Amino acid sequence: MTAIELRSDHLLPPAERPRNEVGWWGMVLFLFNEAALFASLIASYLYLGLRSRFWPPAGIPKPELRLPLIMTALLVSSSIVLVFAEKAFERGSRTAHRVGTLITVALGIGFLLIQAREYADKLQHGGPTEHAYQSLFFTITGLHGAHVAFGLLVLLWALARAWSGTSTPRRPLAVKNASLYWHFVDGVWLVILTTLYLSPRWY
Amino acid sequence: MASTVDRENELELTQRLTDLWETPHTWLARLSTVDHKALGKRYIYTAFVFFLAGGVEAAIMRAQLARPENHLVGPEVFNQLMTMHGVTMMFLFVQPVLSGFSFYLTPLMIGARELAFPRLNSFSYFVFLLAGCLMYASFLTGSAPDAGWFNYTPLSSSLFSSGLNIDYYAIGLIFLGIATTAGSINSVVTILKLRAPGMSIDRMPLFLWSSLTISVAVIFAMPPLTVGLGFLELERQWHFVFFDPSRGGSPLLWQHLFWVFGHPWVYIVFLPATGMLSMVIPTFCRRPMIGHTFVALATVVTGLVGFGVWVHHMFATGLPQLSISFFSAASMTVSIPSAITIFAWLATMWHGRVVLATPMLFAIAFIVQFVIGGISGVMTAAVPFDWQVTDTYFVVAHIHYVLAGGTLFGVMAAIYYWYPKMYGRMLSESIGKASFWLMFVGFNVGFFPMHLSGLLGMPRRVYTYSAPSGLGPLNMLSTIGVYVFAVGLIVTLWNVVQSARTGVEAGPNPWGAASLEWRTESPPEHFNFAHIPVVESRDPLWDGGVYDGPAYDLSRLTPRTSSLDAALEEPVVLPNGNLWPVAMSVALLVAAAAILYRSWLLAIVAGAASLLMLARWMWPATNLLLETET
Repeated sequence: MTAIELRSDHLLPPAERPRNEVGWWGMVLFLFNEAALFASLIASYLYLGLRSRFWPPAGIPKPELRLPLIMTALLVSSSIVLVFAEKAFERGSRTAHRVGTLITVALGIGFLLIQAREYADKLQHGGPTEHAYQSLFFTITGLHGAHVAFGLLVLLWALARAWSGTSTPRRPLAVKNASLYWHFVDGVWLVILTTLYLSPRWY
Repeated sequence: MASTVDRENELELTQRLTDLWETPHTWLARLSTVDHKALGKRYIYTAFVFFLAGGVEAAIMRAQLARPENHLVGPEVFNQLMTMHGVTMMFLFVQPVLSGFSFYLTPLMIGARELAFPRLNSFSYFVFLLAGCLMYASFLTGSAPDAGWFNYTPLSSSLFSSGLNIDYYAIGLIFLGIATTAGSINSVVTILKLRAPGMSIDRMPLFLWSSLTISVAVIFAMPPLTVGLGFLELERQWHFVFFDPSRGGSPLLWQHLFWVFGHPWVYIVFLPATGMLSMVIPTFCRRPMIGHTFVALATVVTGLVGFGVWVHHMFATGLPQLSISFFSAASMTVSIPSAITIFAWLATMWHGRVVLATPMLFAIAFIVQFVIGGISGVMTAAVPFDWQVTDTYFVVAHIHYVLAGGTLFGVMAAIYYWYPKMYGRMLSESIGKASFWLMFVGFNVGFFPMHLSGLLGMPRRVYTYSAPSGLGPLNMLSTIGVYVFAVGLIVTLWNVVQSARTGVEAGPNPWGAASLEWRTESPPEHFNFAHIPVVESRDPLWDGGVYDGPAYDLSRLTPRTSSLDAALEEPVVLPNGNLWPVAMSVALLVAAAAILYRSWLLAIVAGAASLLMLARWMWPATNLLLETET
């Protein structure tokens, strides 16, 4: 705990070590908050579901799996591509990072388009105002879709940071945090898939 | 002692740091300042303005209830007053005032220059201010929230409450939740990452243990409320179904979501006051806190157990016996960590030399009243007893003994204790003691009789009662007590205003206290510490366990340390103020108001604008673009 020499290296902002940075901690805590948000929604779904004799209610088919599984494949592969993009960014291969991020964004847009298609199918069986089951279904998937859309904006914003040179291998926090958010949103989708699409087939 | 050269160097250092840290004296710079001391005070002032509003609401209610069959206000107005009193005290006074103290004191207590996210602090202040104003704007149209602070469905559903009243409540609280959550994330990161080198977690002051515990609790407790409020608005505005049992919903879903939030919230607004007491009591007992580690752990345990007791608010809703028994036992468990804390305070007093200055008087009254409130809490944790007194004035007495007799008295102790640090002058002790006795006597005369009126069967939340019920004298006593209590508060308010000009100069450490905030000037310099302190003990100012570290004077820097051992890492570059956080809070207000008035286009535009502002805010300022690497 002796005196620290700062004068020499302060002309550059200090290098960022993502897991020590206050910004990284802030993002992690924010994600805990988001996780609690989705946990509350899922808990509400299970609470009302377990109290009901028929869930989904009579007249509403159990959710189809074809589109959701395609959506899952898109999101999971987007996360994998993004991991490689991050690695490329850390190595300093800017082109690989840009291409990887743009592929991730394209896969995310694909997810949203298919979700819109799935909503169109679902709405034929009645909208969210019919029954608590549909209200919860559309609220939970809709809020997740909004998170995907926001995640896309965050990824593009981080790409812009990298492009402009305000996030670099030496100061990678912006890019890292954006990826962290995207991986989180993908993880939440897996929980939603399990609860909303798969679990009705188990009982 | 120091040579002339040293002194000149120090003066030059002070000047350099002031240039770096002082908020420029322009109107815009003051508006957008990120100085945690300025913002902390603003939090406290704003919270006290809301407190006055909540107090006026209480005063009108007590006037209405002073005599049976009184008609000062009708039931509709009474419901609005009752609801806004609860909402104000819970959300707009107690939590923000504790946050204000925390944002002001945390960097000083840990030897840092700022909070971890200074602009986020500015943002959360303005969101808090605007959310409070939005909720109070409801009085202008005569449609203040009126379904109680916990707003049960179906009373709050559009079927029974068709005006905008409940929408103000739901949207206002969702909006306010952003401020609370942002502030908590800021606190956690500050406490974990910006402690002075050497201030390992076991040397951390107990107030920060409280802050840390409740900030983590907020991060997990706010989302259930947000979800519940979101469901409510979706149901009210778009006719979704969540609480209507005829279509698969359940009104109990609201109660669960609300109380999963609500009970942790009770500790969120209570534990910081115990942390304040744990700072005040050792100082005025002139000895280190006994059982420091146990009190720290008890605080964390209370925060944790607080998530497992929410059903005790719902004992009368017909839940299964097993579930009720579990939550009854869990609720009684809370008394164990609370008792550890209380006995640690008593032991500290027993083994210390007690100085009965005003902060200590408030602290002792806190202990007495909190024990009474705690006992009535254990009583209501027993299910059969709870069935007898639920929704009566007994519960009103309980909550006020904990939150007014406890938290508010803790805040009063904090005001008398830290005022010299904030303003550089002492509050008058004689006026302070007068205020204390008025408040202490007034509080107990006012609220103790509510236990009795509750046991005699007086229901809470009714605007009047019949004369033959015989509840008149007890209610008159309560009203008189509450008014005396209010006079005591006004005396302190006057003391605060008066002493800012006429108080005795405080000097850096007027109480001879042990923690780092007393190592700074009173009021502290803009940069808090000219040299970042290096800490070697738990009570550094008492046993000499602190010395001057480096100055970190080449930019707006504060050192970052590891979260447990506080080993030095790199410095953090802290931003200065800019207007984007302020602008974004205004954009969010517009979006919230637009949703309230069902103006969807405006809501979308304002929401998009706030996203753009966020993107701009998070873009680094040019002075960070110094890198040449590719």
